[in-house]
Amino acid sequence: MNFLRNFLDKQKPKFEKGGKLEKLHSVFTGFESFLFVPNQTTSNGAHIRDAVDLKRTMIIVVLALVPALLFGIYNVGYQHFLATEALEGASFFQLFFYGLWKVLPMIIVSYIVGLGIEFAVAQMKGHEINEGFLVSGLLIPMIMPVEAPLWMVALSTAFAVIIGKEIFGGTGMNIWNPALLARAFFFFSYPSQISGDKVWIASDTADAISQATPLAQMALGQPLSYSTADMFWGFIPGSVGETSTFCILIGALILLLTNVASWRTMLSVFVGGFVMAWAFQPVSNVEAFQQLLMGGFAFGAVFMATDPVTSAQTNTGKYIYGLLIGAMAVIIRCINPGYPEGMMLAILLMNTFAPLIDWFVVQSNIKRRLKRAQAVVKI
Amino acid sequence: MSKVIKLKKGLDIKLNGIADKVVQTLGNPSHCALKPTDFRALVPRLAVKTGDEVKAGDVLFTDKAHPEIKFTSPVSGTIEEIKRGERRKLLEIIVKADTETRYHDFGKVEINKLEREEIINRMLESGVWPMVKQRPYDIIANPTTTPKAIFVSGFDSAPLAPDYEFMLNDQEHDLQTGFDCLAKLCKRSVNLNLESDTPSASVFTKLKNVEINYFSGPHPSGNAGIQINHLNPINKGDLVWVVNIQDVAIIGRLFNQGRFDARKIIAIAGSEVSKPLYYHTILGASITDILTGKLKGRTDERIISGNALTGTAVKSDGYLGYYDNLITVIPEGNQYEFLGWATPGFNKFSASKLFPSFLCPKKRYTLDTNFHGERRAFVVSGQYEQVFPMDIYPVYLLKAILAHDIDQMEQLGIYEVVPEDMALCEFVCTSKTPVQQIVSEGIELMMKETN
Repeated sequence: MNFLRNFLDKQKPKFEKGGKLEKLHSVFTGFESFLFVPNQTTSNGAHIRDAVDLKRTMIIVVLALVPALLFGIYNVGYQHFLATEALEGASFFQLFFYGLWKVLPMIIVSYIVGLGIEFAVAQMKGHEINEGFLVSGLLIPMIMPVEAPLWMVALSTAFAVIIGKEIFGGTGMNIWNPALLARAFFFFSYPSQISGDKVWIASDTADAISQATPLAQMALGQPLSYSTADMFWGFIPGSVGETSTFCILIGALILLLTNVASWRTMLSVFVGGFVMAWAFQPVSNVEAFQQLLMGGFAFGAVFMATDPVTSAQTNTGKYIYGLLIGAMAVIIRCINPGYPEGMMLAILLMNTFAPLIDWFVVQSNIKRRLKRAQAVVKI
Repeated sequence: MSKVIKLKKGLDIKLNGIADKVVQTLGNPSHCALKPTDFRALVPRLAVKTGDEVKAGDVLFTDKAHPEIKFTSPVSGTIEEIKRGERRKLLEIIVKADTETRYHDFGKVEINKLEREEIINRMLESGVWPMVKQRPYDIIANPTTTPKAIFVSGFDSAPLAPDYEFMLNDQEHDLQTGFDCLAKLCKRSVNLNLESDTPSASVFTKLKNVEINYFSGPHPSGNAGIQINHLNPINKGDLVWVVNIQDVAIIGRLFNQGRFDARKIIAIAGSEVSKPLYYHTILGASITDILTGKLKGRTDERIISGNALTGTAVKSDGYLGYYDNLITVIPEGNQYEFLGWATPGFNKFSASKLFPSFLCPKKRYTLDTNFHGERRAFVVSGQYEQVFPMDIYPVYLLKAILAHDIDQMEQLGIYEVVPEDMALCEFVCTSKTPVQQIVSEGIELMMKETN
């Protein structure tokens, strides 16, 4: 890779201060550090450093998303052919490529808009480009329904990146999960299509087709028309990435084995959701475990609630935070008449309260220390 | 009754080039130097000029704030050079050593016959006082105060750390005198903390007038700060003193022989050392004397006085740090790596499970000084807690320091930490946060605001 290195070294002066392309400095270093781990050495503190960096961490999350994404793409095709009654005779590849044709533009739009803003802001503020959007950019199309107008995807992404992240100072400083914020923005513009009684199905005609989701059926008190197996494997309508609990669990396994996501958060979301779903069984007429398979519950628990920046930071706090997300999601689903899905709002709500939860946990540490000091004084 | 305290949190970084347990002699040192920069928050006042003759134990410089604290020459000879840095900051006072060391005679004396004041005066006069450090803040102890306890760690758990038990096994007499001296300073027996698998025939377990406790678990179990936190934590207003165990022997020698005899054994370790061994040398010895002909010389090297986590980088013509018993030599990592974050990385070490290193816990690694990434904001949570065995929330403490919030720092435990205790947090940090620097700044801020 020497020729590439030499090429970069030759181009570098142009992007330095006073160079011709000084305005693209952040973009250049962004790409350079993507291709080559910098040759920077330690100058203070520990002389040796762990091999891990944020790029490595983020790429693992992207990897964990891939199974759910691939299935989601296939399911887009499957739902379309099912709704148009052309499923028989359609091959696997037909379904998959049909889905890809629908989903790929959403992914591209999300990345171009999001990264474009990131690059511009990094250059304006004179800091480096952060890796955070590698994940957010993929999450956004995965929690949108297919056939979401691309301009709306672009607008929601821009909203999420600017209002959700950059005004707070970029990755690591944000209060709410950017991807969920994008969805929230979209949600309040098209509430019925994204989470109402029906969800869009991919279509080629001007008329949108929509299909009832299990969640919607539950909200209306109708019997479920989907089997538990379908809900587990993911052959149900819904947002692109959220349908297959099985594929999401593969992702969960990757995140937990590599310790990228906190098992404390993930487990407590499921526990909180299950307990609350069990308590609400008489109202919802749905088995408690089925609640966990429906809609975005599993996807939110695995990929959204565990976002380290917006979740609680202390270990004790993570349990409380997770339990409340799970419980809130089910409460919103069962009691709120407006929106059948509660996961998004539950996570955003708890994002808001995560610092408060941590505050109480840290306060108890402070009290412990004070008590210890007072105990010594008494003796 | 001694007890074993088991620590679970922490991390042993297994580096290549651990020193074999053989001690060799280096011959007489040609030069020695004291570095005022080895002492936190010290403003030195020079007491010699170039060309002056000194004996071992003669004053080189003093502490401006406490003129009674003296820093004395470890060898006899002539002051060859006084090195200054920017704004005439005093960096090194270099003494060209005589072939035969002449000692300043402080007089042999029976420690038990001395009063506390006399002991302190003798220690101040001879220049061993700076070996007594105070927590909080990790600064030289104030001789007018009395600590609630004195802690000595009998082992070092840092990467490639020397084995004190091996280094001091024939120094029982000096150690005992040293501990008797320290016991008089704090008016109670000194806490000596040993590794849980220290053999019962060890020189350490034979010592009297000490309260022995055992620790087990990964680094930083050997750090005095961690041990204090588990045995007798520091509350606001408390003072605890800490002495390195090899320095205890030097203090003992002062009373047994009546002179400042700062000869010590150090380990030379690291992947770039051709034969990692232990050597007889002296406090402040010249690195050139120590390392000539001992390095592999295959790449750019980083020479560290101390261990790879907390030591000070020194040049090949530099000098051993005042408190250091180890020289680590590792490769500089000043090269680019193509798509380094994406490759499997079998030769890389990580505390996370994102590299295969967690599958082979016994493997030893050659780690270089590459930063392995770029500085970021805090993103990953729960990482520091896994390597920080104290009941403190490290990230909250660091944020309080960054925000210059004195009250919060105090509430969150700034009195209990020194940078070395949080060195592992810095090592594992995904965002490459300069943890030790932040803690140092916090300590400086506390000293400024509370005095």
